[in-house]
Amino acid sequence: MAYNDKVLEHYEKPRNVGSLDKNDTHVGTGMVGAPACGDVMKLQIRVNDDGVIDDAKFKTFGCGSAIASSSLVTEWIKGKTIDQALAIKNKDIAEELALPPVKIHCSVLAEDAIRSAVEDYRKKQKGGSHAP
Amino acid sequence: MKLPIYMDYQATTPVDPRVLEVMIPWFTEKFGNPASRSHPFGWEAEQAVERARTQIAQLIKADPREIIFTSGATESNNIAILGIARFHKARGNHIITTVIEHKAVLDACRHLESEGFSVTYLPVAANGLLDTQLLADSITDQTILVSVMAANNEIGVVQPLAEIGAICRKRGVHFHTDAAQGAGKIEMDVEAMNLDLVSISGHKIYGPKGIGALYVRRRPRVRLQAIMFGGGHERGMRSGTLPTPLIVGLGEACALCRQEMPAETQRILNLRKRMEQGIMKQLTHVTINGDTEHRLAGNLNISFAYVEGESLMMAIKDIAVSSGSACTSASLEPSYVLRALGVNEELAHTSIRFGLGRFTTEDEIDYAIKVVVRAVNNLREMSPLWEMVQEGIDLNSVRWAEH
Repeated sequence: MAYNDKVLEHYEKPRNVGSLDKNDTHVGTGMVGAPACGDVMKLQIRVNDDGVIDDAKFKTFGCGSAIASSSLVTEWIKGKTIDQALAIKNKDIAEELALPPVKIHCSVLAEDAIRSAVEDYRKKQKGGSHAP
Repeated sequence: MKLPIYMDYQATTPVDPRVLEVMIPWFTEKFGNPASRSHPFGWEAEQAVERARTQIAQLIKADPREIIFTSGATESNNIAILGIARFHKARGNHIITTVIEHKAVLDACRHLESEGFSVTYLPVAANGLLDTQLLADSITDQTILVSVMAANNEIGVVQPLAEIGAICRKRGVHFHTDAAQGAGKIEMDVEAMNLDLVSISGHKIYGPKGIGALYVRRRPRVRLQAIMFGGGHERGMRSGTLPTPLIVGLGEACALCRQEMPAETQRILNLRKRMEQGIMKQLTHVTINGDTEHRLAGNLNISFAYVEGESLMMAIKDIAVSSGSACTSASLEPSYVLRALGVNEELAHTSIRFGLGRFTTEDEIDYAIKVVVRAVNNLREMSPLWEMVQEGIDLNSVRWAEH
């Protein structure tokens, strides 16, 4: 499959690859997908006292589109408030990267990763009272 | 060294320049229809076709009269499977094949199920080999055909054709083999292996695309029903004007394979071992899919755990390979061949097929090793799974949010 230039650009120079300290109470970690499905995304956000995401990191096991979607998302959410980050929809990601239909699930996964990271962060802020 | 490097020889091969050279006159000045009996244009074309028929027959130790021309191995498989089943349906309705056959065989069998035939799809062992005892036990008095591939396109595993042939002959069952990947690469002998039908492809053996052959045994005579109707060419088994240039090319390709097979096989095997060792020495969590002994010299199918296959292909874009990963196909299912070997889905997503061949060089292998090792290391740094494994987490214990 021939890739769109934006996917290639993110794939070749992925932004914000890495990990944040998952035990930090300001850090929310989201992990979505499954190895058996061929993609797993880990997205981490660090939220400052003003409720702004001041850092984001990702690690992704998956195809080029999955890596590009994660990379793009980290770029987009940095500097945004949590609510602004949650407003990012998979459609925006798919459009920006011009993903073909067969790769739409990568953008869905990226959106899910944001939700999952935020959820984890909020849980920690409540002192883990809602922990499973 | 020229980039990109071609390492997908199981997908197709370039036409050998020596093959092309003998083909060219048959497009222009020697354009006659081999079926024209009334003038020299037809006669010389017929002679060329018969010469090619002999070259093909010699490759598998058959008689030239037992070779018919087709458009490729897909058509050969269709003629063999549909043709035998439909001709012999009064005798029985049972067909046996394996789960790792090419789609041309599996789909033809599926179609026959809709015509009332019953098909047994035999599993293979973890190394990709068919258990011949299981095959023998699966034959019933209704069985009319056994179809087992010579060598697998994805994992290169070579099946025990002689043993299978002996079983089929003893039980009076037709034995067909799809030799698209095997012919010209491994020694084949229709007598010693008791083969009744053999499918051959031109473009897998440095011949042109669009041409193939089917061996159909004469003694004892194998009868089948045609699936193409027309002028009754090829003893009524495959109507249609013979494409002389392509046939001449296929003949020459077979002759070259036959002459060069011993030396070429050894050379390619050495290259594969070099690649295998180069990668295994520098990377952990790497597994080879399929038996390493009963295998085509030019096939190396490797799973690189925790690195998704398609992203790896992007990272090594100067090397043309293919992947067992779902992402390379529209189906989103990982390779059915790897799944049949019991390779779990997770690992199937991380597999790459390196196909080496006649024009692969040692420099290319060394370059490929370097690029692959670097890419796998980079992608593992980016892989959350690799990170978890480094932290000592058992991935099987994780509850994944499957989607």
